[in-house]
Amino acid sequence: MTDKLSKTQDTAARGTVPMVKAQGVHKSFGHVEVLKGIDLEVRPGEVFCLIGPSGSGKSTFLRCINHLEKINAGRLYVDGELVGYRQQGDKLYELRDREVAMKRRDIGMVFQRFNLFPHMTALENVMEAPVQVKGAGRTQTRERAMQLLERVGLADRAGHYPSQLSGGQQQRVAIARALAMDPKLMLFDEPTSALDPELVGDVLDVMRDLAESGMTMVVVTHEMGFAREVGDSLVFMDDGVVVESGHPRDVLTNPQHERTQSFLSKVL
Amino acid sequence: MTDIDKTAGEQDTPPAGPEAIKAIPVRHYGRYVSAVLAIAILVAIIYAFGQGKINWNAVPDYFFDDRILTGVGKTLLLTVASMAIGIIGGIVLAVMRLSKNPVTSSIAWFYIWFFRGTPVLVQLVVWFNLGLVFEYINLGPVYKDQWSDFMTPLLTALLGLGLNEAAYMAEICRAGLLAVDEGQTEAAHALGMSHGRTLRRIVIPQAMRVIVPPTGNEVINMLKTTSLVSVVQYPELFRYAQDIGQNSGAPVEMYFLAAAWYLIMTSVLSVGQYYVERYYARGSSRSLPPTPWQKVRAHLTTFSSRKVAA
Repeated sequence: MTDKLSKTQDTAARGTVPMVKAQGVHKSFGHVEVLKGIDLEVRPGEVFCLIGPSGSGKSTFLRCINHLEKINAGRLYVDGELVGYRQQGDKLYELRDREVAMKRRDIGMVFQRFNLFPHMTALENVMEAPVQVKGAGRTQTRERAMQLLERVGLADRAGHYPSQLSGGQQQRVAIARALAMDPKLMLFDEPTSALDPELVGDVLDVMRDLAESGMTMVVVTHEMGFAREVGDSLVFMDDGVVVESGHPRDVLTNPQHERTQSFLSKVL
Repeated sequence: MTDIDKTAGEQDTPPAGPEAIKAIPVRHYGRYVSAVLAIAILVAIIYAFGQGKINWNAVPDYFFDDRILTGVGKTLLLTVASMAIGIIGGIVLAVMRLSKNPVTSSIAWFYIWFFRGTPVLVQLVVWFNLGLVFEYINLGPVYKDQWSDFMTPLLTALLGLGLNEAAYMAEICRAGLLAVDEGQTEAAHALGMSHGRTLRRIVIPQAMRVIVPPTGNEVINMLKTTSLVSVVQYPELFRYAQDIGQNSGAPVEMYFLAAAWYLIMTSVLSVGQYYVERYYARGSSRSLPPTPWQKVRAHLTTFSSRKVAA
């Protein structure tokens, strides 16, 4: 309850600055144009779901948000600041690696293939970034990391290596690892696609809990149930463009566009 | 066959299992022929050496000779020092080769191309004879000396072996770095880690598992290659054995002795390498291969169970 309250206050305090704002974002890999002009806005505290067939560019767009991919045209803002560039007058300056790294601290990312560091235990995975990047104290970080592992229900697995954990457990450690940097935005790139069906629920529960705490989340997913229950906004992408957007309930139950209808009829 | 045995053995009521197949195995006559042939050739070789006038007693006489032991020590020193140069140089070259800077990457490519493409013996001789074209070494205000005082036989040997090795180690390190999943770099970057820190904390520790086994091979190779430095007047095992051989009138015997020492050292290194590899294989999903001792024990138990079955 207090979470919901602080969420609305937070939104009000930030005023109208969207957490993510895309204006005509284009991205090509060689001659293949993957994003053909994406315009969208993610409000602070919102759970923003991206759905669409594979190859539609939704993962690429997500990776552009924290500058893992460079965009070719358009503008992309996170919390009011340009991603990857600095604007002075009407000139754009590319940011240095160090500056890009600095901005990524505030953006957590969860990958489809978990990408936990296999040579570190679950606890060490969670502690790595705060200690190495922020220079936080070890004892303090360890305490906080244990709290986060507790939050994702894996406190008793702290000393295990990733290879000793199930896929669902690895993904929950990965979420804890991202949260350890206290991000203001979390990006999820098909977080449950690589999991056995029976392990999906645990990960979605953690994400639901995170959404309730007021975290701004951009989620690329095939879990329509999650999108409907937890999502505040939903965008259907196909072939590098936004085909349809709106509230998840509306788009999922009453799709207007023919392409959306045919996609949903196959996955629902 | 073994599967059937296993299931039969695991069941609590043995007679209930299916009857084991009793068939006459295929006879491989070719194998008998080749075995007899191989043994015959071996016997012929041993006989030939028995006929030769070899003073076998000279080998144990000089085996622990002071000069030989000094030579063994220097061979080991050369191996360790050249490998150290090679590994450090190799890491630097590998990082240069993988860097986005076209100049550093091309220089590293050129270095590897040159040092891998020319024989190490030629490189050693070139280092040794540079004194013929350079009278002084002059590094401006830093260092200036007569070339012959600067380029001692030890330095020549270390440069020759180490710089050549760096080219090979560079390729090994590069393969190791490339073997680490790109997702690891992305995850580290997404957490706000810089390039350097990602390399140091995330990529290199994982690359080690790929780098260590071939590096063990390189150490063994290096130990043998050190015998080449006799041409640059640095005395090591091979050189000492040669000297003793010429003075004592038993040159061939002394070569045997040197070979025996090299065999001993490479054998010890091979055993070491085996266990280092096992150590770095820990944590990977595949199960570890059994140690030789475990294999021996496994064979003994299968033999005994066969006897019981018979």
